[in-house]
Parts: sequence; C-alpha cells; structure tokens
Amino acid sequence: MKLVFERSRAGRKTAYFPALDVPAWKPETPLRAEAPRLPELPETEVDRHYTELSKQTYGVNNGFYPLGSCTMKYNPKINEDMAALPGFTGLHPLQPMETVQGALQVMEDIEKYLCEITGMDAMTLQPAAGAHGEFTGLLLIKAYHKSRGDEKRTKIIVPDSAHGTNPASAAMAGFEVISIDSDAHGFVDLDALRQAVGENTAGLMLTNPNTVGLFDPHILEITQIVHEAGGLCYYDGANLNAVMGIARPGDMGFDVVHLNLHKTFSTPHGGGGPGSGPSGCKAFLAEFLPGMRAVDGKLERASRSIGDVRGFYGNFLVVVKALTYILTIGAAGVPETAANAVLNANYMKEKLKDLYPMAYDHVCMHEFVMSLEQMKKENGVTAMDIAKALLDGGIHPPTMYFPLIVHEALMVEPTETETKETLDEAVALFRQIHEEALRHPEIMAEKPEKTPIRRPDEVLAARSPVIRYAFED
Amino acid sequence: MAVYVPNTSAEQQAMLQECGFADIRDMYRDVPDSVYLTDLLNLPEGAPELTVRRKIEAMAAKNHVFPHIFRGAGAYNHYIPSIVHTITDREEFKTAYTPYQAEISQGVLQSIFEYQTDICELTGMAASNASVYDGAVAAAEACEMCHDRKHSRILVSGAVDPNTLSVVRTYSFGRNVEVVEVPLKDGVTDVEALQEMLTKDTACLLVQQPNYFGILEEIEPLEQLVHANGSKLIMSCNPMTLAVLKTPGEYGADVAVGEAQPLGLPLAFGGPYIGYMAATAKMMRSLPGRIVGQTVDHEGNRAFVLTLQAREQHIRREKASSNICSNEALCAMQTAVYMAAVGPEGLKTVAEQCAAKAHYLQQQLASVGLPLAYDRPFFHEFVTEVSDAERVLKALEAHDILGGLPLDQHHLLWCATEMNTKEEIDEVVRIIKESGVEA
Repeated sequence: MKLVFERSRAGRKTAYFPALDVPAWKPETPLRAEAPRLPELPETEVDRHYTELSKQTYGVNNGFYPLGSCTMKYNPKINEDMAALPGFTGLHPLQPMETVQGALQVMEDIEKYLCEITGMDAMTLQPAAGAHGEFTGLLLIKAYHKSRGDEKRTKIIVPDSAHGTNPASAAMAGFEVISIDSDAHGFVDLDALRQAVGENTAGLMLTNPNTVGLFDPHILEITQIVHEAGGLCYYDGANLNAVMGIARPGDMGFDVVHLNLHKTFSTPHGGGGPGSGPSGCKAFLAEFLPGMRAVDGKLERASRSIGDVRGFYGNFLVVVKALTYILTIGAAGVPETAANAVLNANYMKEKLKDLYPMAYDHVCMHEFVMSLEQMKKENGVTAMDIAKALLDGGIHPPTMYFPLIVHEALMVEPTETETKETLDEAVALFRQIHEEALRHPEIMAEKPEKTPIRRPDEVLAARSPVIRYAFED
Repeated sequence: MAVYVPNTSAEQQAMLQECGFADIRDMYRDVPDSVYLTDLLNLPEGAPELTVRRKIEAMAAKNHVFPHIFRGAGAYNHYIPSIVHTITDREEFKTAYTPYQAEISQGVLQSIFEYQTDICELTGMAASNASVYDGAVAAAEACEMCHDRKHSRILVSGAVDPNTLSVVRTYSFGRNVEVVEVPLKDGVTDVEALQEMLTKDTACLLVQQPNYFGILEEIEPLEQLVHANGSKLIMSCNPMTLAVLKTPGEYGADVAVGEAQPLGLPLAFGGPYIGYMAATAKMMRSLPGRIVGQTVDHEGNRAFVLTLQAREQHIRREKASSNICSNEALCAMQTAVYMAAVGPEGLKTVAEQCAAKAHYLQQQLASVGLPLAYDRPFFHEFVTEVSDAERVLKALEAHDILGGLPLDQHHLLWCATEMNTKEEIDEVVRIIKESGVEA
C-alpha cells in the first residue's frame, strides 16, 4: 500500500476556505524556513487512501474479537449518533454554565449511575483512559495519607498477575512497588499479603476478577488485611464487565476504583483511543478528586483537589456514549450483561479444555487463560503460532503472553454480545488449528498466510527505528 | 430487551446446563454471599432505542451552541471538512483495538506512521509518538521525559495555559518533583527572572508559543539561557500556527508538545482531544506511549508495527517511561485526515486567516475603547482591557455571540479563526459600541 505521501503530487488540493475578507496579516515574528511537507491530494485520493487503509483494519464490526482483558463487545450505533449531536459537539468547554446545562446533566447522571454500579460515592470523569484513571486513583491515595501526616506510607502492593499499567502507574505516583506472588490457583496468596503489609503500606492494587479470569473468593479477607494495616484498596475496573450488577467493588472493601468506559460500557476503542477512565472513590476521599465535577447544574472543584490530570472535563463525547449505553440496558440489563459475558466464557472454556490445557481449572469469569507450554515443549508450536493461525481463520486472536505468570498464555474473552453460533464456530476453528499443529507443527511458524502482510520483523523495527516517512529530497 | 445480549433465555439455560451450572448464582460461586447482589441496582429501567434517543436529544437541546465564537483559550473553533468525519466514522477504524496483531492492523498502523510524519514535519522534530490524552498531558509527560535524579526542578513559564500548568503540577505531585513558575513581564516570560531561576538541578523550561495570552514569545534568548545551563527546552505549540511560525525544531527545542484539537476535532465540550509529542532523535527513546515503526514482513514487503516497546508498561512495568496504554489513536487519524485534506497550502491559509482576522478584530475593538493589554506581536488570540467584562459578554450573548474569555473583570482573552467573517466582527464591535462599555 502506498503511503499518503507517495500519493501526493505538488499543487493538488481541494478548496475549503473562502477568500480572506479582512486585510492580510503582516507577520512581526520569525517564520518557518520551509513549508511542512504535508500531503497534497484531491479529496477523492484522500477518500480512497483511507478507504484502502480501512480494508486493512480489523474491528469488532468485522468479526469475533476475543481479545482477553480488552472487553471487545459490540459498540452500539445509537451511542455514536448521540455523541455526534451538534448540541454536544459544538460546545466550547469554557461557555457560561447556564448554556451547558444539558452537558452538565450528562456528567451528573453518569457519575450517579457509575457510583451506584461500583458502590462508590463520588467520581471524576477527567481521566482519559484506564491507566490515566489508575494514576488518578493512586494520587487520591497519596493525598489522603499526606493529609493525615502519614507520609511514611510509600509502598503499593501489586500482585505479580497485574496489568503492566498497575506498577507503572504506581511508579508515576511516586510509590515503591511491592510485587507479591499469586498462589497455585492464581489468587492473592494471603500469607504473602500478610507479610507484605505494614506501616509503610499505602495501598493494594487489585483486579477482581483477576487477570487470569478468576474471582478471588478471599476478596473480603484481602481488603481487610490491607485496611487493618492502614492501607487503602484500589480496584482496577478492567474486568468489571464480569461482575457489574452482580457484586460491587465498594461492597468488597475497595476505596478507589477506575473504570474503562471503552471496555465495560461499550464505547469503541478507535484503534487505541479515545477511551475514558473515570476514577471513583468513597466519600472520605472525595475532597481530593481532580478537575471539575457537575453538581446541581454547576461545575465545582473539590475542596482539597489534587489538581487536574487532563484539561477540562475529560473525554466528554465518550461519556455521552457510555451514558446512552447505560440508559439502554438499564438496571436489569447490567447484571444480565455480566452474567452472559461469564456464561459465554465458561461455554468456550468447557468446549476447549480437553485440547487446550487451562492455566487454572476453575470456574472462570468473563475470560479464561490457556497455556500452550506443553505443546511448545512437545511440538515446538507456540501461543504466537496458534494466534497467527487464527488470523487466517478470520477471527482476532486472544491476548498473547499475558498474564506473565502463565507461560505461553492465550487469554480468551468472548464478551456477552456474541451468539452461541459464533462461539461454536470459534471453538471449531481452535480445535482444527490444534489438530493441524499436532499433524504439521513445522508449518505453524509460517502462519498467517492469508493476511495483507505476513509476520513482520519486529526486531528489525526496534533495532533500526524508522518512525517517520523519509522524503526523497 | 435492548441489552445487546443475542442469546435467548432458552439458549442461555442450555449453555448453563452444558457447563454444569445449576443456575447463575452457581456460576458465580466464588462471589461471597455478603457481597452478592440480590436486588437490582438503583438505575433507570432499560429502554428501547427510540426512547433513549429522545432522552439524550433532550439533554443536548438544553445546551446552547453559539453560532459565533470569539473564544479560544485552549479550545478552538475551526472548519472541519466533511471528509474528516466520513473517514473516522468508518467502523473498521472505530471498532478496532490497539493494533497488537500487525498482520490485520496495517491500516491503523500506517495511519499512525503517517500521523507521526505529519507531526515531525509541522514541528521540525525528528520523532513523534502516536499521541497522548491531550495537550496538557503532553506537556506533563514531556516534563517527565526531562527530569532525572540530578535534575528534579521543572520551570514553567507563567504564560502557559492554566490547564497545562495545573496538569504539570499534578503529575509532579506524583513524582515528587518541584515545579516553579517563571514570572511574566508584560505578558511574556521574564527573561531576567529566568536567568536567576536556572539552577544546576533545573531539568527543563516549559514555554508556550503563542502563549496563553496569544502573544508570540521571543524564544531565542530563552533557548540560549536554558541550553547554556544544561537544561532542556520544551515548547508547547498550537500545531495550526506551525504552518507558518518558526518551528520548535528550528528554535532548537528538545521536546515539542501541544494540543492538536485545532486540526480537525470539534470543540466537544473539551474532549476527546489529542496531545501530540515530538522530540529530537536523541530523546526518541524517552518518549512515552505507542510508537509505530516501519519494517518488512517475512516476504520482504513493507510493514508497520508497534515498536520501541522496551519503553512501555507492558514490558518494563514500574520502570516504564510512562503508564500510558490507550492513547487517542482515532483522534490522531482525524488530524491526519484533516491535514491530508487541506494540505500544506490549506493549513497555511487557515493560519494566516486566523491571524488576519484576529488582528482586524483587535483593531476594531481598540477603536471602540477596548485597547490591547500588552503591546506585543500576537497570533490569533489577544487580551484587551475592558471596564466591565460581564456587561460586554452579556450584550454579545444576547446576539448569540460568545465573546472573549474573561480573565478577570477588566480583561478579556479574545480569539478569531477562519470561521469568523468580517461581517461578524463588525457586528461584535457595533454591539459593544452600542452597549456603551469602554475600557
């Protein structure tokens, strides 16, 4: 495929702007020496270029997308229409408050609903993604300890199964990360936790269901251990889709949460964003929340706010989409969504476990983790090979090599929006690939064969980075 | 029920049985009784699409969209050609995840590679990442790139956007880094004050061009002082202005950042927006977030992949350069489509028209008694004095015009773009004149 710069021809353009109707600007400042080499294309070429690119892109619309920990559920189209209403897109963020009452209602309503779903008391919509929400929540924990003069609490405990963003966020918030091992079932090792907590503990970050797809049955003991040591409990909402309407982080003993509206609440992921990662907390932390919250038709800042983690009020249009979704599925739809996400995952797991060893043979939540370790040992076929073979079969592969505690991991999250037939077809494909891998292990490294490109050389890309187009001067 | 669960109750029952579950509660056997919800949450009852549409449309209708906008201050009203949303509405782009599987994600990957090239061209820098959450976060992340154990003091010009300053401060609260504001003199960064503030442990200076008040800073003396001190220079620039202004690369900046909303994103009550980040080749490996690189596949064909991942959280965990995972990829594509559509000439036209209209507006305002607060070169924003900001704004609002942002009761920060016609500007001036408010 040509790059947009390779399609460019000097002088090609489309007229979008009327002629200047006031005197021309006379610059009194240094100007750039040469014009930027942006592409020069007629609109037809722009359209065709990006249409070509779209054909080499795979979204939830194209097919099954069981990418574990990413909750690639269907993105309802009504959400998009609502976020595109001129009454939202045309608002300047610094308009007088009386002219943005509808927008403030959106913010106020969704905060109320998300607090109800998570068992929290207040929430900021300012974080623009999950990791951003984590960072925000950790700053709340930091501000809390600081406000009590308890500044020796500098350590955040993170299980070894956690998403990489957890330790990275904790480091950004200035904490030392204490990693604790999981037990043989993939759960938090209670003894290890008891040994890790102490007067330096600022808090614990936990995903529940955890990153191997299991609901930790000791959750109440875990949060109790941390609280008794004087720490706070942080809930990573990446996996909330499994339990929303079934159980609430607030009731489990968590003090702070973040959500991923682009996972659980059906807003699309856009090939890597924009997302939205609201950060919620119990009442005793609300005074530290960043940004402005909509309260009774006004924008208000918390009394001891940590400041701002982003400009303005977050990814507002994404919030509109999530509100549309919540209003659509409603009180009964929330747990029904969760239960079907869990049911679909267990259904696939049951149909695969005789061929694909499960990392943990336990009732799973919305996702499950398989290990190809034995296959790799015996036949040399890796999790990557299986994933690449799935590409030829027309579905998006599961998450590979995560969590790090499972070797040769493939993590499957089907979501609730898939039909039984889709699951059956995917199961059949997985089984067929398994058979092929046993019979012809030598050809598996050649997969995929039917995609627009074959396996790329990632080592070359990192060793000699080419990260922009080199113009022929 | 419109819950987007396709399987019927009968199918769900059959699946439960196949999995060996007695019922839903049995499936959730690991959830302790004390936290298992037996009642529905206090949420509205689910509703069909038409009902929800009416509810949300009613909320949108409670907002007032101004047809005439003279306010910027970090969010800019520009014309967005129809092709832009037509492309970014394409479902393949919209509903894809981060391009982990390169073989079926060449479209997204190539679009980011092209975006990175556009940003390098605009800024004159060597390397760009795939975007961060917004311009303020980009500035905060840039400060993170510059500090280390020996250089833990961050200087920020007092003329950067207040959102940016606040976010830089908040990020620094995390890292326990000191942020010091460089005072202003006459609406711009005070060079003499800066000279005294540059200590051995100073990591960087963050300066905005044009600054928050729309004024064009004299960058050369700042750059010389900062680099002579062994510190880094971060420039935050509105990328639209870089179609004409001297670039951060030409000034010798180490990192260039900014809010790319002016390149094809609607005002949208503040988001989604997109922060761009670009750096010198030397600092490329300190950039946070995703970066797309070119390589070849096993048959030798050109291919694009996420690269330099050894910087990132999923590999480095607590030692990563940043925690960022999701960015603003679709917004990045949106700016790239905008730039491809308007081209270098179109973007230059936009920039020159913005500046021309702002200067015309400024002269007209001066003629009715709202003089410039700072007599310095500006781009498309400027501050005027006014005796009663509130009264001027109310008078304009009565005519459906959103006037300048009140900085206080006696100062307004105005903005003009290619969207504002001469007729509209003359109308603003007529209304102010009739309202009888002067400086």
